[in-house]
Amino acid sequence: MKYKDFLRKDKMPHIWCPGCGHGMVLSSFLRALAKREYHPDKVAVISGIGCSSRASGYLNFNTLHTTHGRAIPFATGIKMAKPELKVVVLTGDGDSAAIGGNHLIHAARRNIELTVIVFNNNIYGMTSGQYSPLTPHMRLATTAPYGNIDYPFDLVKLAEGAGASFVARGATAQPRHLEKIIGQGLDHNGFSLIEVITQCPTYFGRKNRMGSAVDMLQWQRDNTSTTGKEGKIPLGIFVQEERPEYCANYHHLVKTVAEGKGSE
Amino acid sequence: MSKRLIQGNEACVEGALAAGARFFAGYPITPSTEIAELMAEKLPALGGVFMQMEDEIASIAAIIGASIAGTKAMTATSGPGFSLMQENLGFAAMTEVPIVVVNVTRGGPSTGTPTKPSQGDFMQARWGCHGDHPIIVLAPSSVQEVYNLTITAFNMSEKYMVPVVLLYDEVVGHLREGVELKGTAEIINRDFPLVPPENYRPYATGDGLIPKLAPFGSGYRYHMSGLSHDETGFPTGNPATIENLVVRLQDKIEKNRQDIIKYKAIDVEDAEVIFLAYGSPLRSALQVQKQARARGEKVGLIQLLTLWPFPHELLTETFARNNADFIIPELSLGQLADEASKSVPRDKITRVNRNDGALITPAQLEQALKGVR
Ligand SMILES: Cc1ncc(C[n+]2csc(CCOP(=O)(O)OP(=O)(O)O)c2C)c(N)n1
Ligand code: SF4
Ligand SMILES: [Mg+2]
Repeated sequence: MKYKDFLRKDKMPHIWCPGCGHGMVLSSFLRALAKREYHPDKVAVISGIGCSSRASGYLNFNTLHTTHGRAIPFATGIKMAKPELKVVVLTGDGDSAAIGGNHLIHAARRNIELTVIVFNNNIYGMTSGQYSPLTPHMRLATTAPYGNIDYPFDLVKLAEGAGASFVARGATAQPRHLEKIIGQGLDHNGFSLIEVITQCPTYFGRKNRMGSAVDMLQWQRDNTSTTGKEGKIPLGIFVQEERPEYCANYHHLVKTVAEGKGSE
Repeated sequence: MSKRLIQGNEACVEGALAAGARFFAGYPITPSTEIAELMAEKLPALGGVFMQMEDEIASIAAIIGASIAGTKAMTATSGPGFSLMQENLGFAAMTEVPIVVVNVTRGGPSTGTPTKPSQGDFMQARWGCHGDHPIIVLAPSSVQEVYNLTITAFNMSEKYMVPVVLLYDEVVGHLREGVELKGTAEIINRDFPLVPPENYRPYATGDGLIPKLAPFGSGYRYHMSGLSHDETGFPTGNPATIENLVVRLQDKIEKNRQDIIKYKAIDVEDAEVIFLAYGSPLRSALQVQKQARARGEKVGLIQLLTLWPFPHELLTETFARNNADFIIPELSLGQLADEASKSVPRDKITRVNRNDGALITPAQLEQALKGVR
């Protein structure tokens, strides 16, 4: 299948601003998916609330646009009820790391097979530019007019610490690399988190005088590294481990109970 | 069939399993915890899913997800957890996903009195979520009724594609009584779409009011959103489409009031005084009503089984016919009495309220009866 076949073309045009990186994340995801054998009927895409979370509506799968921060527990219910579905969560930095942070760490801890793609634009785009838990220290936002005194999460370390068995970071400036790591996340049998650095020229870019979308992509190229260069934001796969997956563990428990063994 | 001596919360679990529930997600909270514990024990043997989630928000989200995937699902909680669930309860109402939420009520506000009964969630069960939204609230008063109404809750949620709240207080939840676990109760399952996937519009209800939502993964691909949406499920800003949606969501319940509203009327025809009650206060009211009749006094009783939609037509008709005085005992400052006063004049209502965690006693109700007569 071509990735364009996965789009609901009748639902276009999309709501994103010109230059927004969210569409670029989406196309990397769809290209990765197109290289794999999933039947669209067996793919469920769950999102929360935010500009990024609007992505689900444009996709010709089983799509669910939930409440702010809660995509992961909705996805957990779907996955546990129908483990044969490929369940993907599309979420923003605010959606996943602020209001939904608790759900994120618990899903990682369980190691349930969900592919969680975080569209990290370092800002609340949908509500017009307030700081998020991933806004860097002393950057500007509408609610940080004098600079953000909070320190951001390192989402990669957070997910790793919480027990995620696949953790990666990509960037919209590196679409081929991004497609590759999303693909490996999709192939992973366990909880996978892929943080994607993306640009919001309208709010984060404008507030912080970062220029156009093209300038912001150049900023990404200058400040990230896929080879672990000193002082750069590392991109790549940081955790990739085979560990017992939650649905499989549950299935095993059901079998054990059915055989009347109980716990051993 | 022989009766089994079980607790209210256990009857709830038995009812849910009999109704076909195969998914439970929850977070422990007194006085509902036995439901989670029993589900954890029983569901795996049935091939069902039990999950203890990180909080009540995740619990209700997970059961909505499970129901979207086609599995009948339930959660159980009490006041503080019920408060946390409100946003996603509204999501289920908006997206028309059937779920059952059990609220075993305890004293509030806040952490309140965890181990004591209360009926202070009467209004929250109806109006806890923001926005006009459809919901059904059922209220058992005995262990047998917990069993029966849990099945009814699932049936109504599947029939009307709406969240159903089962509300009963701590005393009913922890009471032990003999219960007949009927294997023959009618079980309703949601309708599957009649059109092929290529013509499917999930929220097109045709001449009816209730959508046929295909389970995710069944070959019908569509979008579901808590945003105001059109028949395809996709967000819309069209004023007429939004208006139609909000009105239809209300109408699918309002136009089926006769089917949804359940109650029991005892000796009401000639009654000059009528007790109106549900939950543990009902049990004292039943006793007092019976004794009064035995003394020859014209006293009747209406027991509400459906709290919402509220049976105003029943109260209006009864009052018009009998011009009776109503005694309304409840474990709150008077939420039920306030609602009833839309149909019965305030000066014809005697309120008996208790908020100290103790039960309303028959003696209290005898006294109220004397006051009226
Ligand atoms: C419970 C709740 N609180 C607040 C909001 C308002 N809100 C909508 S989107 C959003 C932030 C989204 O930010 P992010 O997840 O980073 O997505 P982005 O728009 O940047 O892609 C907020 C605060 C809401 N919809 N629901
Ligand atoms: S506000 Fe920012 S995140 Fe939202 S669509 Fe516009 S550019 Fe993208
Ligand atoms: Mg953001």
